[in-house]
Amino acid sequence: MSKKEQVPDSKGRFGIYGGVYVAETLVPALEELAQKYELIKDDKEFKAEVQDDLEKFVGRPSPLYFAKHWSKKLGGAKVYLKREDLNHTGAHKINNTVGQILLAKHMGKTRIIAETGAGQHGVATATVAARQGLECVIYMGEEDIKRQSLNVYRIKILGAEVVSVNSGTKTLKDAMNEAMRDWVTNVDNTYYIIGSVAGPHPYPQIVRDFNSIVGKEVLVQSKNQIGKMPDLLVACVGGGSNAMGLFYPFIDISSTDLVGVEAGGLGLDTGKHAAPLNAGSEGVLHGMRTYLMQTEEGQIQNTHSISAGLDYPGVGPEHAWLKDIGRADYTTANDQEALDAFKELTLVEGIMPALETAHALAYVKKIAPTMDSEKVIVVNISGRGDKDINTVADIEGIKL
Amino acid sequence: MGRIETTFLDLAELKQKALIGYIVSGDPNVSSTLMAMHLMVEEGVHVIELGIAFSDPMAEGPSIQQGHERALSEKISLKATLKLVKSFREKDKKTPVVLMGYMNTFEALGSEVFSSTAKDNGVDGVLIVDMPLEASDEFTEESRKQGLDVIRLIAPTTTESRIKKICKQASGYVYYISLKGITGADSINPKEVEKKVLKLKKVTDLPVVIGFGIKDGKSASKVKDLADGVVVGSALVDIMGGNKEEIEKHLSIKIKDLSKALHKT
Repeated sequence: MSKKEQVPDSKGRFGIYGGVYVAETLVPALEELAQKYELIKDDKEFKAEVQDDLEKFVGRPSPLYFAKHWSKKLGGAKVYLKREDLNHTGAHKINNTVGQILLAKHMGKTRIIAETGAGQHGVATATVAARQGLECVIYMGEEDIKRQSLNVYRIKILGAEVVSVNSGTKTLKDAMNEAMRDWVTNVDNTYYIIGSVAGPHPYPQIVRDFNSIVGKEVLVQSKNQIGKMPDLLVACVGGGSNAMGLFYPFIDISSTDLVGVEAGGLGLDTGKHAAPLNAGSEGVLHGMRTYLMQTEEGQIQNTHSISAGLDYPGVGPEHAWLKDIGRADYTTANDQEALDAFKELTLVEGIMPALETAHALAYVKKIAPTMDSEKVIVVNISGRGDKDINTVADIEGIKL
Repeated sequence: MGRIETTFLDLAELKQKALIGYIVSGDPNVSSTLMAMHLMVEEGVHVIELGIAFSDPMAEGPSIQQGHERALSEKISLKATLKLVKSFREKDKKTPVVLMGYMNTFEALGSEVFSSTAKDNGVDGVLIVDMPLEASDEFTEESRKQGLDVIRLIAPTTTESRIKKICKQASGYVYYISLKGITGADSINPKEVEKKVLKLKKVTDLPVVIGFGIKDGKSASKVKDLADGVVVGSALVDIMGGNKEEIEKHLSIKIKDLSKALHKT
């Protein structure tokens, strides 16, 4: 059997990772969701519905773009960019929300909630909720609201309510806690659209499946445009949905290496980072068993990253599994390296990536020059950088 | 026979309901917790649930979240809590103590170390909020071996077939979550609770207690006849987080009020 088909198992596990670790109130809701999803995911009509939205509403397929100028500058492997930044709403997040909102409708839910870090998932959720005429509440950490004010405003214009979360570290993990608390209270009429390949089963599977359109397109585009499969796929990893979407269709193609790039923050040795796969340990948070940044006593640690979307102490359980079985490698890029890569791609290719994406680019900057010119790297441009303008300007000491 | 079983049997004989008090261990500090445990017993609490502080207490409302945060700022740990129970046992050999918390902190200590230390130090039961039935073998097998009761939660959403499975695995008492929501919420519906608890009673011989949303004598008296006991948490945690000079006074008043309501026939 292929690696791909093995996971998750009937208990929602990827090896020892994943599973369902939630309070009893939510167990029946997750079982219902898993059953419903299992029934509907291969349904012809449902698939056609999702496909139609992906084409006409999201604008898929997204191009696979040969970064000729950047490749030349790096002087090694050919670098191709998977342009998820060109999707409607500006990131890969919409692939998932388009699918999950249809699932919610089929389940008869009338109210949508979501957590968001950088705000991209919040925008993507508010967008599909607006379109389907469903009530929508977005939970966002107070810290993230400050650094992503543009997206907060977008969400509000889309008619959704933004709830500022000021417990704990006031970032993505706390927004997720709060969304879970909402869900447990309003579980009868509410659908929780989790934005990453994280949380209790079946979410890691659902979010992976809806995002795997990215990898599927890369398979076809590589064949048509390059005439061969890529040698290396690179993507940034916070919770890990854009990486999982790109990697998943390639898991059984052993000639293609997979590298996920976590947020190194100020450096792994400073402790101020968000790299659980590189510097964390196994534990249970947000309904899943996975790698976490935690103290010896099992308290979740504060994370730091220049990018709000990577500022999360856990990671999707399938990544934890891919790391353990050695199918994917996980490395880090720090804040400064990400910032440099952000500027370089913008200058050389005229493409301004999200700061999250810039972590993947920072790794490409390092690895491409060491590779032969016949080699091909595909990097997922998971989102566009407009939302990060304030953050970058702040660092440069510029007032907008 | 363990302390939990003895306590509920004694209460049943007296036709009394159990008052279960929840506070967070180390909130606002360890010595206050120890003081509060003895005081609670003195004023009429029959079982003590000690919350184990966690950085991400997903099932808790604002009151108990703040309790967790206060305890963590005092650097409380599961290990320190086990020591605290040992100190409590120096004076109180009778009152059951249940540790209630989240999977990650229990796992960090390890099931063997936790279970044997807990047993030695006089802990009677463990309730792990985010460890549903399907995941329970991973941690609680060791606890069971040591003779600790593994308390299980039943929610309004739990189906009948699932209730049966859960009750088979439960020991000590069964904790019925009275509402869909987080601790300290405000929407308890006695009629719905009654329906579910009646079903529950048919399935299990274990005592059934009701928690979430009970904060004073008035709300306690609404549900007390439905079950074998009630759990009060947020209201006590609010007191523990209030003015330090007045914790004793307010705790005493609150528990007297609850106790009176439970004893009224």
